[in-house]
Amino acid sequence: MEKLGKQTIKFDTPPTILECSSIVGPKEAQGPLAKYFDKTLEDEFWGENSWEKAESKIIKENVSMLISKSGVSTTDIDCVFAGDLLNQCISSSFGLRDINIPFFGIFGACSTFVEAMSLGSIAIEGFAKNVLCATSSHFCSAEKQFRFPLELGNQRPPTSQWTVTGSGATILSKNGNGPYITHITPGKIVDMGIKDANNMGAAMAPAFCDTLITHFNDTGRVPSYYDAIISGDLGYIGKDIAIDIAKSQGYNIKSNYNDCRSSYF
Amino acid sequence: MNPLESNKTYQNYVDKKSPNSPILKNCFNAFWVGGLICTIGQIILNICIERGFDTQTSGTIVSILLIAISAFLTGLNLFNKIGKFAGAGSLIPITGFANSIVSPAMEYKSEGYVMGVGGKMFTVAGPVLVFGISASIIVGIIFLIFNTQNITLV
Repeated sequence: MEKLGKQTIKFDTPPTILECSSIVGPKEAQGPLAKYFDKTLEDEFWGENSWEKAESKIIKENVSMLISKSGVSTTDIDCVFAGDLLNQCISSSFGLRDINIPFFGIFGACSTFVEAMSLGSIAIEGFAKNVLCATSSHFCSAEKQFRFPLELGNQRPPTSQWTVTGSGATILSKNGNGPYITHITPGKIVDMGIKDANNMGAAMAPAFCDTLITHFNDTGRVPSYYDAIISGDLGYIGKDIAIDIAKSQGYNIKSNYNDCRSSYF
Repeated sequence: MNPLESNKTYQNYVDKKSPNSPILKNCFNAFWVGGLICTIGQIILNICIERGFDTQTSGTIVSILLIAISAFLTGLNLFNKIGKFAGAGSLIPITGFANSIVSPAMEYKSEGYVMGVGGKMFTVAGPVLVFGISASIIVGIIFLIFNTQNITLV
């Protein structure tokens, strides 16, 4: 493991993304990515009596599906990095309490999954052979915690985003034939003072561009080096803003850049 | 131009970039749905007066009925659809107030009846109650002061 430039870490033995799995809710199941998910749910409760319990069940079932899919036995997984959006990360900590693997609870809001994979990669360079990374979110539990009750008759502005109901998980392994995580560039917090809670894409886009450009500088690469540059959660407007900002800093990412959020629905 | 030059330039840039709410359409829908709700209220009021209730009692009956209908529609998961369409049209009349109390009650039922429903029922309507009641108390005090000074206000 070696540090490049200002913020980037380069791995000597790059961890392999061994296996991954996902479960999503009914709305995501109607989106353009539907066929790539391992399992889709028909209703938001999945037989539970609260959305929080449903979210816990989603991450729990997803992780056990992942483990059986990967063929790695639970005892060979050295630790879990997992988190979600709710207070005290209750979805992941309740959902994963039965798997008996050392647990690191993390919170990075929209970046939780990438944060888990970054920390997991570092763990693999250090002590671990296999690391499990997982995250979950639930539209209803997120609305309940951060916004308004679902039955409230209010209007959503066109810039507002829709929290994904679902869970994604992956196993990183020291041994494997790729795809590899070769570098990570943890980003700084960049706050340009956007106060509109319904325009998260605009609030996050400057941080994304800052990290991306730092990554280019640290590694000496240019945007065209990559087949795809993908951001997590900017949405349509945030994606446009990101392209604009990168352009104003002299980087053209338009042709190979995409955003997960603008692909989901 | 560099949009990241300062917070101010970025805010301006974002405002330009973000689509606005369709104000004209929203206003139109709010206008006719709000008008419809008020018309329904007026019809109920007229029927009550026809049946021999005095005006004040009839007004109370109108409020009770509109609240009941709104609460019922909230429970059926229909009011949020009306609200999404009509915005302030269904929010400003007493129907919106009923919805703002019933919806958290439903939302927090999963946290139990006492701390969930009871404790969090007013998370949305709370500010309206606090400042509405405070304002009415202040107005009441002003009214009292002027009245005792023999100045007739109303």
